[in-house]
Amino acid sequence: MSAHCENGVTANLLRFHGIELSEPMIFGIGSGLFFSYMPFIKMNGIPVTSFRPLPGAIFKRVTKRLGIDVEVKRFRNEKTSMDELDKLIEKGIPAGMVVGVYDLSYFPPAYRFRFNAHNIIAVGKNNDTYYISDPIMEKIEPLKYEDLLKTRFAKGTYKPKGKMYYINNVPESYDINTAIVKGIKHTCKDMLTIPVPYFGLKGITTLAKHVKKWPQKLGERKAKLYLGQVVRMQEEIGTGGAGFRFLYAAFLQEASGIMNSPELNDISEQMTQVGDLWREFGVAAGRIFKDRHSGEHPYDEVSQLLLKIKNEEEKTFINLNKIVKKL
Amino acid sequence: MKKEEVPQYDENLLNGIKEIQYAVDEEGNYTEVKSPGWEPKNSALKQAINLVDEIIEDARQQVLEGKKSPVFFYMHLKQMDLKILKEESGFLKFSIKRHFKPMVFKKLPDRVLLKYTNVFGITKDQLFNIPKEPVKALEYNFSFKMKEQN
Repeated sequence: MSAHCENGVTANLLRFHGIELSEPMIFGIGSGLFFSYMPFIKMNGIPVTSFRPLPGAIFKRVTKRLGIDVEVKRFRNEKTSMDELDKLIEKGIPAGMVVGVYDLSYFPPAYRFRFNAHNIIAVGKNNDTYYISDPIMEKIEPLKYEDLLKTRFAKGTYKPKGKMYYINNVPESYDINTAIVKGIKHTCKDMLTIPVPYFGLKGITTLAKHVKKWPQKLGERKAKLYLGQVVRMQEEIGTGGAGFRFLYAAFLQEASGIMNSPELNDISEQMTQVGDLWREFGVAAGRIFKDRHSGEHPYDEVSQLLLKIKNEEEKTFINLNKIVKKL
Repeated sequence: MKKEEVPQYDENLLNGIKEIQYAVDEEGNYTEVKSPGWEPKNSALKQAINLVDEIIEDARQQVLEGKKSPVFFYMHLKQMDLKILKEESGFLKFSIKRHFKPMVFKKLPDRVLLKYTNVFGITKDQLFNIPKEPVKALEYNFSFKMKEQN
């Protein structure tokens, strides 16, 4: 079990091939921390906010940074995709797959939306039933051939198109320190320097500015839905809480030990405080959905809180960026 | 977040499983703690679930009032939109929009109706007789009920 599906799947695939890395380590090396707020892209009429990079990014970055040889395949033909999977299972090679969750029969029903970026591993097969290792489930789950096929070719936004990925070969040794440094540098760059106001820290500022205007612009009901969507993404299954900030703090702490850098542990503590602020934002937003807020301008308050988060996060990443250059 | 602060607010939204949160222990070391839910997070999810139900109820009313055909209702009940329904059925968006018209729907050949019953996973009888009472998507589609707290 793990907090985030792509981390979890990547960690499990590596473990099978003898590389033992924790989930926070995978997350950090794979530069899994991010922020984007894209008011111009809407899903079900609500702007997209995300605390992670595009699906597939973590697996790709981690394996590249550790020098691991991987295969990533997409399919036009449904039957071919299942035949290829069966061949791998026969050889005893676990295969990661991107799936939609709506038709995932064992998944918690309250989470079965038409969401197409979940990751699972097929570890075995018996007649028409596949055995699935799903990072959010506590044990191996059975899944029927038709259901697996349906989830692999789920329709709608970001179609998985049967996407399957697995490890061909792992090197005899790898340099974890270099991989950690690369992972941190990438995240600092993503958070601090993308020159568009929708990504990284600039994205948080834009969100803060927009939140303030939501009640007048959209009306109370829709403003609540917009705000609810931000909290859902922040606390989505697999974030480990606070939009991955705690998971990242756990990574920095572990990295501090490996690299023998006490400064990284200081940054980990700062990141934990940032995470606590995101939780505070969640609580304040929660009071708005439940009409339990006390102040007169609750949306101004959450907007202020977001700006505070942005400032604290900025300090943390600027410090981290300085430290990582010396490592 | 400290270990003991990891929320344990259970409304059965995870259907019995727990998810992992990362929190610090007494020595300041990160550790994994399981959590069945957190109030603000649950509220946000329930808000999204209620929105789906509202959209379905609105569609149901439109069918009852004779403004739309049952295809429109079942599309929403199965949390589809025109794009998904187009891809699932193989019909053009233009044709599906026509099938939303009660007059057109009445005259649809069996071949077309069969396609819709397959895509929605329902019987022909269900397709022609939409539920008489409001439905909750989670209960109808997955026989799932949430636990009520407070």
